[in-house]
Amino acid sequence: MSTGTTKLDVVVSDVVPVNDLVTRFHFRRRDGELLPTFSGGAHVVVEMRDGERTRLNPYSLMGSPLDTREYTISVRRDDVGRGGSLFMHRSVKPGMEMVVSYPVNLFSLDLRARKHLMLAGGIGITPFMAQTAQLAAEGGNFELHYTCRTASLGTYADVLRERYDRRVRLYHDDLDERIELDRLLSTQPLGTHLYVCGPAGMINWVRDRAASLGWPAETVHFEHFAAPQPGLPFDVTLAVSGKTIRVDEQQSLLEAIEAAGVDPPYLCRGGVCGQCETNVISSDGKFIHNDHWLSEEEHRSGKKIMPCVSRFEGQSLVLER
Amino acid sequence: MGITFRKETFRDDFTFKNSPEHIKRFPFPFHEDAYMYAVNIEPHVVGPKGSVLENLIDVDEHYVAEMQDRALVLAEDPLRCQSLPHMTLAGWDLLELLMEQQASGYPEHFTLTRDGDRWRWINRPLGIDDTFTFGDTSTLPYGPMEYITRQSQGDFCILDQRDGNLWMDAGMVTTQADWSLDFDIGMNFFEWHAPVPLAHEKGIFVRALKFLTNIQQGKPARRLNWTMTINPRLDTSPENYHKWGPDRTTVTPENVGDKVHLRVELQSFWRLPRSNGIVFPIRCYLIKMDELVTQPKWARRLHRVIRDLPDELATYKGLTRYRPTLVEWLSKLDDGSPTSPGFGPD
Repeated sequence: MSTGTTKLDVVVSDVVPVNDLVTRFHFRRRDGELLPTFSGGAHVVVEMRDGERTRLNPYSLMGSPLDTREYTISVRRDDVGRGGSLFMHRSVKPGMEMVVSYPVNLFSLDLRARKHLMLAGGIGITPFMAQTAQLAAEGGNFELHYTCRTASLGTYADVLRERYDRRVRLYHDDLDERIELDRLLSTQPLGTHLYVCGPAGMINWVRDRAASLGWPAETVHFEHFAAPQPGLPFDVTLAVSGKTIRVDEQQSLLEAIEAAGVDPPYLCRGGVCGQCETNVISSDGKFIHNDHWLSEEEHRSGKKIMPCVSRFEGQSLVLER
Repeated sequence: MGITFRKETFRDDFTFKNSPEHIKRFPFPFHEDAYMYAVNIEPHVVGPKGSVLENLIDVDEHYVAEMQDRALVLAEDPLRCQSLPHMTLAGWDLLELLMEQQASGYPEHFTLTRDGDRWRWINRPLGIDDTFTFGDTSTLPYGPMEYITRQSQGDFCILDQRDGNLWMDAGMVTTQADWSLDFDIGMNFFEWHAPVPLAHEKGIFVRALKFLTNIQQGKPARRLNWTMTINPRLDTSPENYHKWGPDRTTVTPENVGDKVHLRVELQSFWRLPRSNGIVFPIRCYLIKMDELVTQPKWARRLHRVIRDLPDELATYKGLTRYRPTLVEWLSKLDDGSPTSPGFGPD
C-alpha cells in the first residue's frame, strides 16, 4: 500500500527576485497542457538534480488555484541549510526542465468555517497566498495577520494589501509591532477557524494561546514543515534490502535511503505526514528526532524513526527497509 | 460502435439480465477458495480491454436502466441525495471528474466541451445537451453532485477530510447494500463502520483510514466488496427493507438459479482537487446464479466460499436464511477439482 505522488514534467517559465531573501519560480507543463487543479494550502515536492545529488524539497503553491496554467512557489534563501534553497537561487534559470510532484494538501481549509483567521510569519505567507485567492473568489470571509521582519522583507505584503485592503494586517518586527494575540483570539465570532504558518516558535505560541483561551483543537490548523537539518555523518544498515549506507552531513536519511535505490513512501518530507515512518530493528547510539509525527513516547522507545527529518549519532543503526 | 443499452427493470417484474459478453466481464471477487476480510486495496489503474476496469469509471449495458431506476428512487425519497452546505465545491469536483472520465472513455455516448468556465455536456443515451457555467450552481437544474450522479452508474459518497478523519458529508445513494445515507450523513469513518463485525478487532479500519487520508490526486485506489441479493434489486436500502427483506424467505431449490444474485461492489477512492475531499464511488454489479455458473471455475469457487464462510459474516451479509439451500444447489456443480488462481474465468 505504498503511496507516493505522480510526477509532472515542467519547465521553469520565469524566475523573479522578490526581495533580498526570496525568489519566486514559475513552472509550466512541458507538453503545454494545464497543470492539475489544486486547493489552497497544497504543496509540491520539487526535485533538484544538483550534480550527483538529488534533493526533494516541499514548497507551498502560492498562485491562485483557479489558474492552473502555471504553478508558482517562493523560496527563501537559507545560507546555513543543506543547500536546497541555495541551489534554487543560484542554479535554477528560466527554460530549465525540472520535475515536481502532483500537489498534496496537508494544510487544507476547513470549508465549514464561518470565518478564516490566518496568521503568517515570514515565508509562512506562501500557503495563504493561494488560500486567500481561493476564498476571495467564493466570497469567503477571511482575515490575515502577517508578521515580517521589515517592510522590505515583507514578501507579498504589498500585493496582499492591494488585493484585500483592510482584511490584511501587517506587523513589522523592526518597528516593534506585535500581534495582540490574546485580544485577537478572544474577539472572534463563533465558527471561526484559525490557521497559522511560520517559524516553529510562532506556531507553538499561537497554539498554546488558542488552547488556553478555549479554542477547540479541531479549529486550529497549522503547517509545520521542519526542514531536514544537517548533522554528523552516520552509517545505517537496511535489513530488508540488505544494504549498508552512509548518510552524509548534508543529506537526510531518507535521501540516503533513496540514493541506495530503496524507495520508501513519502509525501511531505517535513516530518508531518507520517508516510515514511520506519521501524528500527536495533540501535546503539542516540536518535535526533526532528519530526512532528511520532509521539514523545515513540521517540523515547527507540523503535521508530522518521527518516525525512531525523538523524542518528552512534555505533550502529539497523532499519526495517 | 458503442454500447447497446438494455431495456430492463430492477423491481416489480425484475427483467434485469447480463448478456453473455457481460457475464465474462463480471468482477468476480474471490481470488481463492475462501474469503476473509483483508485491506484489499490496490491502485485504481486501467485493466484489460473488455473488463470492467477498461475505463476507471465504467459505463455498461445497464446504464440507461440504472439511471431510470435511480430517478424512481429519488422521486419516492429525495433524502437519498444529500449534500451538507460546505460540500458544494466538492460537488463541482465530482462533476468534473465524472464528465471527463465518461467523455474520454465513451466518446460515442458522451461529449464534454470546455471553454473557460462555459461548459457544454452532451449525454446521448439520456438525451441531455446542457450548457452551464462551471462553479455557478444557478446554471444547472440540480446541484452539481446531484446533476452528474443522476447520469452516472453507482452510488457516490463524498467525504470531507479534516481532523485526521473522513466525514460522510455528501452523497447520492440509491443502489446500496442495506445502509442509509440519511442515517450516516455527518458521521466520521469509525462511526459509519461501527456495525461491521470482526474487522475492528483486526485494526483494519485504523489502517484503512490512514491509507485513505493519504490518497493523492491522480492516484486513485480501489477494492472489491460483495454480498448477495435476492432478485436483481438495486435499491436494497434500510428504508425499503419491508420490500426486499421478505424476499429472502422465498428461495427454494427450484428458484436458486434465477433469484439468488451475487452483488459485487467496485469501490474506488479519489482525491478531489479543489475541495481536498475524497469521493468514494460504489459501483454495484449483479449476476444471477444461473449466469454465474456458466463459468465452471466460478461455480466451484463460490460453492467453497459460501460453504466455509464464518457465521458472523454470513449473518452480517444477510445470507443465513437461504445459505443451506444455496450451498446445496452449488455443491452439485462442484466436482472437487482444483480452481486456478486469480479472479477470472478459465
